[in-house]
Amino acid sequence: MDTRLAIRARGITRCFGDVVALDGIDLDVAQGQIHGLVGPNGAGKTTLLGLLLGLAVADSGRLEILGTPVGRALAAPDGVAGFVDGPGLYPSLTARQNLAALAALRGHDTRTTEIDDVLDQVGLTHVAEDRARGFSLGMRQRLGLAAALLTRPRLLVLDEPSNGLDPAGKRHVHGVLTRLAADGTSVVLSSHRMDDLEALCSEVTIIATGRVVFSGPLSKLAAENRELDYRLLTSDPEAARQLALDTAGIRVVEGAGARHGADGLVVRALVPALDELVVRLVQAGVALRELAPVMSPLEAAFLALTDQQEAGR
Amino acid sequence: MTATVAVDHTSGARTVRVSVARGYRFELVKLVSQWRIRLLVLACWIAPALFVAGVSQQATLPVDTLFGRWMHASGWAGPLVMLGFAGAWALPLLTSMVAGDVFACEDRLGTWRQLLVAVRSPRRIFVAKVVAGLTVLLLLVAGLACSSAAGGLVTVGNHPLVGLDGHLLTPSDAAIKVLLAWVCVLAPTLALVAIGLLGSVVLGRSPMGLLLPALVALTMQLAQMLPLPVAVRLALPGYAFIAWNGLFTDPAQLGPLLIGVVVSLVWALIATALAYLLFLRRDFTNLTDDGSGRRALTAGVLPLAGLVAAGVAVIAATTTAPASGSGISQDKVQRSVATAFAHLYRMQTDQLNRPHVTEAQLKATATCSKGSVKVAAEGPGNDWRCVVSWHLPDVEATGTAIYQLDVTSDGRFVADGDGPKEVNGYFLVRTPTGDAPNPLWQFDGNVELLRTSKG
Repeated sequence: MDTRLAIRARGITRCFGDVVALDGIDLDVAQGQIHGLVGPNGAGKTTLLGLLLGLAVADSGRLEILGTPVGRALAAPDGVAGFVDGPGLYPSLTARQNLAALAALRGHDTRTTEIDDVLDQVGLTHVAEDRARGFSLGMRQRLGLAAALLTRPRLLVLDEPSNGLDPAGKRHVHGVLTRLAADGTSVVLSSHRMDDLEALCSEVTIIATGRVVFSGPLSKLAAENRELDYRLLTSDPEAARQLALDTAGIRVVEGAGARHGADGLVVRALVPALDELVVRLVQAGVALRELAPVMSPLEAAFLALTDQQEAGR
Repeated sequence: MTATVAVDHTSGARTVRVSVARGYRFELVKLVSQWRIRLLVLACWIAPALFVAGVSQQATLPVDTLFGRWMHASGWAGPLVMLGFAGAWALPLLTSMVAGDVFACEDRLGTWRQLLVAVRSPRRIFVAKVVAGLTVLLLLVAGLACSSAAGGLVTVGNHPLVGLDGHLLTPSDAAIKVLLAWVCVLAPTLALVAIGLLGSVVLGRSPMGLLLPALVALTMQLAQMLPLPVAVRLALPGYAFIAWNGLFTDPAQLGPLLIGVVVSLVWALIATALAYLLFLRRDFTNLTDDGSGRRALTAGVLPLAGLVAAGVAVIAATTTAPASGSGISQDKVQRSVATAFAHLYRMQTDQLNRPHVTEAQLKATATCSKGSVKVAAEGPGNDWRCVVSWHLPDVEATGTAIYQLDVTSDGRFVADGDGPKEVNGYFLVRTPTGDAPNPLWQFDGNVELLRTSKG
């Protein structure tokens, strides 16, 4: 047993009748790591998160959470907190009462300072005495995060925590998660927002049709990955286009440039070929004004890997 | 309070679980924070007192309700009128609003997962929710009972109460029996609570889950109005809502009451067990898994229908309840009418300041027929006719009086005096609490549905 792992899953399988929701899932999440979980709808993410939170048990396989094997009983070890499909809040209670009731339920400190602290962490101090009934989705998400923080978790499992958050709220939540990870708390983050995952996660696991199709660092994903589309803005689009056509390993995506401005050019390439194109542009005296992937490496990998999986079914 | 450390011996995992007491407190906080529950508590503790006080002050009394005709005479009639109303309407509705929503509210709010992550034991969640729901319901029932009793006692006073067979209960006896009647009604209320829990677990967000106890109670009431065999009638948990009537006869008709209470408790246990098993089998990772028609049928309706069948068989085999027939026979009607008449005649004699006479001296008997059936008449109906005969000490002639009876299928009857008017006509008599209608003019009675050893 590796005690540095917050989660160690081997061959986890979970079926609902004839439907195989999880099919031999392996997953390692290190302590203090923010680990992204990505997959198309129905891939089995929620089921996996449910297993981590103790909401369900696996049909087969071995799951260790915080160094403790999880048995057949429907409960996760202490130190695990989080939410799936949005936080559950009681609308007739205020934000503070929601937290106080949950803290009392778990036997944690219900002193005002403790609750004030987590409300402050998620930026809800100003609405502490308001009933949750009137909260927006973003506020509910933040209150759900506060409820999880109240238990001082060592493993935080979150499903779409950025849903409904405005940019400031998102930055707030990102800050909280980053600080938690720095303090040694592991975070498993399921999201469809690739920008969130890229900003927060050091590793990701991509699931499709109940199977892991990739698990590892984002850098590995980018390096391993196939060609990406890049948007190229230059001082001389025609010259740039010709140079791109002449460079080995570069393909011009016809018709895509128009969607990115009149002067835009979209090329598909691996990183070494792209480097070569940039050198050639500079040597030819063409100024490079912008070079950026049309979609993030994670999103591209997600689409490529999950498409492959779907096609293989 | 410290957290309970539960060790999963199969895996060695240590999980800090929330104790039932803490979960119970959490559930109570949630329930009490709802305006609906607060209003119900307030209404149950205030409205009955106002209702009983208001009705007791009126010239016209609710004579079609059991003990309604005695609301001017005794403060203890008020809580019994309220009990009759509660059994028919208030308790099923209160049960629906509390028990029918205990589990469904988590589906509605989407809070199951949060709760499970926090408590980590569906078993404890179930127990905490059930006990919290029961606590609120008991608070509401206690409010109905205490408030109506207070309203009656303050407005009318702590006076003797006329029982269902005409005998007079002292105020202390009346108090004890009123309390017992309310306690007995807790049994069918528990059965409805359990049905509400089952509906709440099986039907989830569906409004049917909320309405189930009220619908079941309504169905039971309709069933009690039908001419069902006694064994079937007693096998339904709703019977205990009316079986408390037997406490107010002398001797008390305890057989049907005890059977009704036991049947209700068995229903409560089985429905709760079904709800518990279904709750534990639920998949909490699937938000849409909040019940289905098929499961409602297989896990809810079929077992309870089986319970009715088993109840009928057991009651028919182990008691004197006839497996067929209404249980309302000529001899029982005659005996009940004669007994009530004797008690009330003695009361009338005292109220008219005539020479004191006892029931034993009167030797009252009744000869009853139903429609054109003179011998072996039976069954409910408003075509019963009884001729009551009695003897007065030192008077050779036999007195006779005629009554038209309306006997309902649950054994309750109303006797309406049909002459001679000097005996059972309408006139006012002077009583310690003021002028009141002649007690022999109209009176309520109760026929015990079980077979009795007497005549």
